[in-house]
Amino acid sequence: MTTNSAIRLEGEKTARQTLESAVVRFAGDSGDGMQLTGSQFTQATALAGNDLATFPDFPAEIRAPAGTTFGVSSFQINFGSRDIKTAGDTLDVLVAMNPAALKVELRNLKAGGLLVVDSGSFNERNLRKAGYDGNPLEDGSLAKYRLIEIDVSALTLEAVKATGLSNKEALRCKNMWTLGLIYWVYDRDRQATIDELKQKFAKRPELAEANIAALNAGHAFGETAEMPDGFGGFVIGRAPIAPGLYRTVSGGEALSWGLVAGARLAGLKLFMGSYPITPASPLLHVLSNLRQFGVTTFQAEDEIAAICSAIGASYAGALGVTSSSGPGVALKGEAIGLAITTELPLVIVNSQRAGPSTGLPTKTEQSDLYQAVYGRNGDAPLAVVASRSPADCFDTAIEAVRLATKYMTPVILLTDGYIANAAEPWLIPDVDAIEPFPVTFRTDPEGFHPFLRDPKTMARVWALPGTPGLMHRIGGLEKDHESGNISYDPTNHQRMTDARRNKIEGIANDIPLQTVEVGGTSGRMAVVGWGSTYGPINRAVENARQEGLDVAHIHLRHIWPLPRNLGDLLKGYEKVLVPEMNTGQLLTVLRSEYLVPAEGLNKVSGQPFRIAEIQAAIRARLQG
Amino acid sequence: MNVVAPAAEKLSAKDFASDQEVRWCPGCGDYAILKSVQRSLADLGARPDNTVFVSGIGCAARFPYYMSTYGFHTIHGRAPAIATGIKLANPDLDVWVVSGDGDALSIGGNHLLHLVRRNINVQFLLFNNEIYGLTKGQYSPTSRIGTRSPSTPQGSIEAPVTAIQFALGAGGRFVARSADTLQKHLPDVLRRAYEHKGCSFVEILQNCIVYNDGAFDGYTDRSVAADAQLHVEHGKPLLFGKDRNRGLRLDPKNLCLEVVTVGENGVSAADILVHDETNRVLAGMLAAMETPMPVALGVLYCNPAPAYEIELREQGEAARAKSPSADLNALLRKGHTWTV
Repeated sequence: MTTNSAIRLEGEKTARQTLESAVVRFAGDSGDGMQLTGSQFTQATALAGNDLATFPDFPAEIRAPAGTTFGVSSFQINFGSRDIKTAGDTLDVLVAMNPAALKVELRNLKAGGLLVVDSGSFNERNLRKAGYDGNPLEDGSLAKYRLIEIDVSALTLEAVKATGLSNKEALRCKNMWTLGLIYWVYDRDRQATIDELKQKFAKRPELAEANIAALNAGHAFGETAEMPDGFGGFVIGRAPIAPGLYRTVSGGEALSWGLVAGARLAGLKLFMGSYPITPASPLLHVLSNLRQFGVTTFQAEDEIAAICSAIGASYAGALGVTSSSGPGVALKGEAIGLAITTELPLVIVNSQRAGPSTGLPTKTEQSDLYQAVYGRNGDAPLAVVASRSPADCFDTAIEAVRLATKYMTPVILLTDGYIANAAEPWLIPDVDAIEPFPVTFRTDPEGFHPFLRDPKTMARVWALPGTPGLMHRIGGLEKDHESGNISYDPTNHQRMTDARRNKIEGIANDIPLQTVEVGGTSGRMAVVGWGSTYGPINRAVENARQEGLDVAHIHLRHIWPLPRNLGDLLKGYEKVLVPEMNTGQLLTVLRSEYLVPAEGLNKVSGQPFRIAEIQAAIRARLQG
Repeated sequence: MNVVAPAAEKLSAKDFASDQEVRWCPGCGDYAILKSVQRSLADLGARPDNTVFVSGIGCAARFPYYMSTYGFHTIHGRAPAIATGIKLANPDLDVWVVSGDGDALSIGGNHLLHLVRRNINVQFLLFNNEIYGLTKGQYSPTSRIGTRSPSTPQGSIEAPVTAIQFALGAGGRFVARSADTLQKHLPDVLRRAYEHKGCSFVEILQNCIVYNDGAFDGYTDRSVAADAQLHVEHGKPLLFGKDRNRGLRLDPKNLCLEVVTVGENGVSAADILVHDETNRVLAGMLAAMETPMPVALGVLYCNPAPAYEIELREQGEAARAKSPSADLNALLRKGHTWTV
C-alpha cells in the first residue's frame, strides 16, 4: 500500500461509492489471459444488470516475446446504470499486469483513476524490456493516480499452493486473482465465473480448483486488505434496459447466427467457404460448430477458392457465403464479378482491418468502403450493408441474405475487427417471429431461359442443376439477355449492363427510408456515420445537443444502394459531418451522389473514435 | 434434392450436344475430345439434367457451351474450386471439370492440387496441348524447354511440369492419360474415370493445330504409335510395339524401368512387369517415362479412397443425429442469459 489517511483508523474502509458508469481496462502480457479475464468480467457485469460495451485490443503476434510493449494484450469495458454506447474514452480503472502494460496503457487513465499493478512483475528485467529507466512505482511518477500495488504473483502462488501445481501453472492463475479483486471493486458476483472455470477445466479439475482459489483469494484481498485512502469499492446500479431475455453476444457470434437464421428464412442450406484471416476467422469457427443446422463449412486453400466454392454452392442451390478481411476480399474481386454477371446469390462478409496491404491485422478501420462499392473490374454493381455493433450483426446478416436471394446478387456485409471481437448485451429475438422470405427455384421448362427476370425485382430465375428440362450454360462472358448464350452483340451488352445496374438501384425501393437517430430532420448539422462508429457518434451528438447545439445523427445501414430519401434529407442541414475511420470514403460517395458540401472527420489510428473527439469536432464546426 | 427424371430412353451422343455452334479452330483436337465425351456420356447412361460441366478460361474452357447438360464457364484457373462448391452443396450431381494446361497447371495449379488431394468426386479432364492457345501462342507450364513463342523468342528455359506426375504427387487416387486421336482408347479411360468414386484425373494429349501443331506426333503419328505408346491395363504385362514383344522390366540395380525385347538377350515373358494400377510407385515410374521410352497411356493409378463430400455429408448427418431438434431459438438462448 502506498498511501494512508491519518484520519481513518488503520484498515477501515469507506462505504462503496455509487457511480453511473465506469471504464475498466485489463492489460497484461499476451500470455496473461487478459481476454479471458475481460470476457468473464463482461459476463458478471451483464448479469449485474448494467448496460455495457467492450473493446478487446490484442497484438497480432500469437505469443510476442514476454514483457515487451508490443506483446501487450488489453480488454476494455465500459459499463453503467445508463445506456452505454461505446467502450469508453478514458479509463477509470487500469489493471497493469506488468511494466509493459503500464507503459502502453497509462496514457488512457484519467487523473485520480484507480491503477492496479502487479508489483511482483516490476523487476529490473521487465522494466528494461518495457523501456523504463527506473521503476515508476518508486519514482513518484504515478502520484496523480490512486495506486494499488500488490504482489499478485506471490499472492497467487500462496493462494493455489494447496493444489500442488507447478510454479509455472500456478502463475497462470494470476489473471483470476486480479479478476477476483476487480469483482470486489465493483461488487460483482463470482458464481458465473466459477461455473465456467469448472466447465472449462472439466478434464483437469486441479486447474479449475486453482483458478477458483485464485479468484476467491483476490476477492478476499479486496475485502480485507487495507486500500489507499480507505478505498471501499464502487457500486453501479442496474441500467434501464428494455425488458426481456438477454445474453452477451460478440459480433462473430451474432453474425454467424444471423446468417443461419437468414438461410432458414430463405429456406436454404448455408454453405460457408472461407480461408482463415484475422479478424474474420471467428465466423468460420462459430459456423463450423453449427452443422446440425444444415450448415456446411469449407476451409478452402485460399481466398479465391473460398469464394469460388461459395459461388459453386449457390449455383447448386445453397446460400453461398464467404468471409474475409480486406486483403482477402481483394483476392476475391474477380470471383465477385463472376457472381455479379451470372447473377447468383452470395454473401461476402468483410471484417475490416487497418490497411493497405497487410496493414494492422488486429486493429480496426473502416477503409474498405470503396472496395465494397466500387472495387471490381467493369461496371459491377452489388449491394452493400454494414453492421453497427456486435448485436446488430444478427439483423444485418439477415438483411444481407434477404437481398442476396431476392435480387439474385452478391451482397457485401461490412463489419470490422472491433465489432467482430467486441461483445454487448443482446435482447434475444424470437427467430420464429421474423417474416420469412422463401426462395423459389425455377422448375417449369415451359418458356425457360436462364436470364428470365422477375418484372418487379429484375432478379433472374434460379434454376438448379439436377432439374429436368432446364439444362443451360452460364459464365463470365457476356450473355444474351435471354438465352444466356455467349453474346458479343453491342446492344445486348448495353442492355445487360443496364439491367445489372438497374436491378441493384431498384433495391433502394425495398429498403427502409433513412431515418434520423437523434435530432431533427433538418437543422444546422447532421453527423452521418456507418458501421462501428455508431456508438461514439450517437453519444457525441446527444452530448452536443445537451450543450444546446442543433445537431442530428444519421446512421446508414445500407451503403449501396443508399436509401432513396437520403439526398433530400441531407440537403435539409446546413452542414454535414462524416466521421469515419478512413480518410473519407463515405464522404466521397455522399458528395458524389448528392453534391452536398459534406466534411470529413477522419481517424486511422487503429483505435475507435472517442466521444470527446467527435463532440469537439461538432462544437468547432458549429461555434467556430 | 434432385427431381428424379422419368426412366429415360437410351440417349445418343447427339442428345449431349447443345445447339451452339462449335467455334474451335478447324482441325483442333478439342473436336475429337468433345465427340468422345458426348458418346461416352450416352453410352454410360448419364443424364443431361444431372450433369454439370465446369470450366475455367482457355480454348478448352468453351467446352460446357457445346454440351446440352448444365454448364458453368467460370474464371481462369478456378473451375476446381467452383466444382468443389457444387459437389459439397449437392453431392448427387455428376460434375466434370474441363481445363487446359495453362488453366489447370499455371494460374489454377493451387486449386487443382487441392481438388485432387481432397478427393472431390469429379472427373477432371486436362486438355494438354503444351501451349497457350486463346492468348495466341505463348509457352505454357507444360511446354518443353526451348519452346519458341511470342513471349520466349529465344526459346523457353523452364522445365515443364508433367501433368500426371503432378496429380500423383498431389495424392490423386485415379490418374490416367489418353490422347485426342485415340478414339477407342479415350472413351475407355473416360468410362473408368466416370465409374471411379473420387477425383478422377485424366490428362488428354491434345493437338493445337495453330500454335503447336504436331507436338505429340512423336507419340501419336500412325507410323510411330505402336512403338511410342504403351497402353497399360491392370493385371496385364506392360508390353508394346508393333509385334507386342517389347516390354518394361524393372532394373533393380538402378531402381528404374528399362525397355527390353522379349526373346532377345535372354528376356522372357516372365521378366515383363505386370501392371498393377493400385501400385503408386509403379504409377510414378510410368508417369516419369520420357522419350526414348514410350508414353504410358491408360489408367496408371486407381486406388479409391472415400470422397471428401461424402465424408463431409456424414459429419453433417452425425451432427444432426446428435442434435436432431436443431432449434435456432434454443441456440441463441444457450449459455448465460438473464431476464430484465
